[in-house]
Amino acid sequence: MIEPRVVKELETIVGKEHVLSSPEDLIAYSYDSTFEEHRPDIIVSPANTEEVSRVMRIAYRENIPIVPRGMGSGLAAASIPYSGGMVLNLTRMNRILEIDQENMIATVEAGVVTADFQATVEEMGLFYPPDPSSIKHSTIGGNIACNAGGPRCLKYGVTSDYVLGLTAVLPNGDIIKTGGKAIKNVTGLNLTQLLLGSEGTLAVITEALLRLMPKPKYARTAMAVYADLDDAAKTVNAILLEGVVPATIELMDDTTINTIEEYLHLGLPTDAAAILIIETDGSDEQTVLREMETVARVARECGATDVRVAKTEAERNELWRGRRSVSPSLARRRPNKLGEDISVPRSAIPEAIRRIKAISAKYNLPIVVFGHAGDGNLHPNILFDKRDPDEWHRVEQVSAEIFGMAVELGGTLTGEHGVGVLKQPYLELALGQTVIALQQGIKKVFDPKGLLNPGKKFPAA
Amino acid sequence: MAQHRRDDIPHLPTEEQYLNCIRCGLCLSACPIYRETLRETDGPRAHVVLTRKYAEGEIDISPEFVDLMYKCLDCEACNAICPVGIRPADLAMEMRQVIHKTQPQPWLKKPIFHGYFPHPLIQELSVLPLLLYQRLGLQALARKLGILKLLPRQLQDMEHMVPKLPARPLRQVLPEEVPPAGEEKHRVAFFLGCFQSTIFAQESEASVRVMARNGCRVFTPKQVKCCGMPAAGYGDIDLVKSLARFNIDLFLPLNPDVIVTDCATCGSTLKHYGEILKDDPAYAEKAALFSSRVRDISEFLMSIDIRPPKGEVRARVTYHDPCHLVRAQKVRKQPRDLLQLIPGVEFVEMKESDWCCGSAGTQILTHYHNSLAVNRRKMENVRATGADIVATGCPGCQMQLNMGSNHYNVNVRVVHPIQLLEEAYRREEAEIAADDPSTGD
Repeated sequence: MIEPRVVKELETIVGKEHVLSSPEDLIAYSYDSTFEEHRPDIIVSPANTEEVSRVMRIAYRENIPIVPRGMGSGLAAASIPYSGGMVLNLTRMNRILEIDQENMIATVEAGVVTADFQATVEEMGLFYPPDPSSIKHSTIGGNIACNAGGPRCLKYGVTSDYVLGLTAVLPNGDIIKTGGKAIKNVTGLNLTQLLLGSEGTLAVITEALLRLMPKPKYARTAMAVYADLDDAAKTVNAILLEGVVPATIELMDDTTINTIEEYLHLGLPTDAAAILIIETDGSDEQTVLREMETVARVARECGATDVRVAKTEAERNELWRGRRSVSPSLARRRPNKLGEDISVPRSAIPEAIRRIKAISAKYNLPIVVFGHAGDGNLHPNILFDKRDPDEWHRVEQVSAEIFGMAVELGGTLTGEHGVGVLKQPYLELALGQTVIALQQGIKKVFDPKGLLNPGKKFPAA
Repeated sequence: MAQHRRDDIPHLPTEEQYLNCIRCGLCLSACPIYRETLRETDGPRAHVVLTRKYAEGEIDISPEFVDLMYKCLDCEACNAICPVGIRPADLAMEMRQVIHKTQPQPWLKKPIFHGYFPHPLIQELSVLPLLLYQRLGLQALARKLGILKLLPRQLQDMEHMVPKLPARPLRQVLPEEVPPAGEEKHRVAFFLGCFQSTIFAQESEASVRVMARNGCRVFTPKQVKCCGMPAAGYGDIDLVKSLARFNIDLFLPLNPDVIVTDCATCGSTLKHYGEILKDDPAYAEKAALFSSRVRDISEFLMSIDIRPPKGEVRARVTYHDPCHLVRAQKVRKQPRDLLQLIPGVEFVEMKESDWCCGSAGTQILTHYHNSLAVNRRKMENVRATGADIVATGCPGCQMQLNMGSNHYNVNVRVVHPIQLLEEAYRREEAEIAADDPSTGD
């Protein structure tokens, strides 16, 4: 419970209508995109960095835990307020403050919806490449806090490759600015990158300086169909060895293909073992076309039974609609899904998928596998019904085995979703105790009282 | 946590309707209300979660819960975008039925829904004060003197919603049977909506004329009652059913090839009669037959061999998709095709043409600030087209766009597409008449 005098203070800062605590509000801010939930005591929605700072000063004084939240599309329960206390809702901070065309740098607030930002810069011929599947329902602040990736990472990198600087608020209310518009910058430790992917445990990110690129003018998308999973994996390396870096190489296994097809009726080959969706893009049409020809040739040489290049923009959009709908369309099959995002070295992809299928059979739970084959980031999704305690127990065993396998193959627990709380039981396996202790020590420097998103990313010290 | 379903509650949504929601949040991106308030509680995902928690006995219905379900515009954008197939807007509508059955209702609700909407004559009398206000020149005077500025902004906005009212309700004017010009090709029963009869009479008059010009014999039953949408919107499903039964009994004996309406909202409800009465043994079959014959005016005209008009309407025209047409009836292409039949029309698409305009019937009364905020996005998209005319086939949208064009100062004329078609035919007829010496004075 937050004391009435404190609620009053908060209301004075952000306005009465932006402090919520009705039972319905507490429920609405109790969940994210996982099946986890826990109600906060209060939700506060500040309008700018200054208000965030003032709110946090009060929370610090009153020892109120703070959980920062964007649109609640996280997949690791990193924004669930298990600690109770305050949800700091940043969606009202949705202004694009500046688009500096000369330096190709944008200054945005944390609550800007990533897709809105992309559309705005694209109207100016600019390009912000990170493209998590949740692009329409996630915010820049959330993307930064989780260092979101997406299909285009293969060529363009992840969110952290585009963040030049941050404005953030420390738990005690102090406002810090990291980095800046200067591209090269080794003045001091790189706090910008430290905050990237910190899942709201170190500071509340309120503004960001984002690097932009010229928008590629041309893109070609193809679908390569395989009867054998290994051939699909071989294709990925073969393409890269040819000197072509496609924007994306996305993989879907047979279960994924069938699930999407059932829902979208796109005419996908339901008898294939795997498909790759490959996109080349660039500013010169001839180069893009030539690269796509190479991709198609290499795919065939590696054993693709069919390579279809989208002829129209509509066909291209259909292919991507299929890919983007994978994750949610899985829910048509079972009430719950647990979407993991292990990352393995590229060469280990076929072995990883084979082992996942064996785990699926062993525990009798459907697991579909799709993901970013170009960078080895796979999304095994376990489908289940959480109301069945036995099934839930098996899900936990399956997760443990998948994580064990990923680490064994030289990979790691999560490529882009984050640790949150769901992956913490396996953290030691991936990082070791010394590294965890080091991270807990860093947390202590930023947040001596342990009030900011407590218990997330790594266990509380 | 309690996990026992309240199966004794009437109209409780089924488990299948919410169970598989994975809370991905994609619906938030499409919800016009959430995109304005940016409050999770207002969005579709919260509606699904709250419905589930109520159904499972974890929470009770509070005044806030009621307000949340009534805040929904039922624009169905969330239904359309959900990859899992959850229909959050439907859940909000069904929870209104639960609320209607289980909660004490505001005293005004009964007189409005039972005493007003089902009775055309009472409706017609109710617009009389407004009519006199317009006819006696009071409106012009009030506008000129700025008297309206003294009223709250909300009343000012509502003042701009309605066009010049017809002298008499169309229901009383329109012949019960209009013969086709030339050979009879289609037998049409015309469903005259309440708003069309009392406010947008010109439009329905145009609909009947255009159909008659194109080989239709048009019957317009005068006893027609409200389609039921307002009652459905306020959770009174029993009243919707009784209106549906009445209208079915009125229309089917005419044995029409099609039942046509030029109101998107009426059309979406009429097409649902089959679903609404599927458990009524006496009416299930008749209702299904009735619904299968219902067509929106643009849907019907583009399905027949329509003769394009020769008269011109020189204007830059954009089109706003009514939620009840584009999503509820999946009619997207036909109104655009219809507009482009008209010589002189320069058609231009607006951005987010299928984004709700914020009307949703009575939101301007019940949730004024949300309604206005949603409307701003629409009006800015209209403004950006530089169009002289925005066409839309729904009286609710038309009123809201009229209001918005005034409130946000967008200089645009709001019409039903059929009106432009009628204007083109009239110009053609006037030109023929002018060329024909035998008809000269």
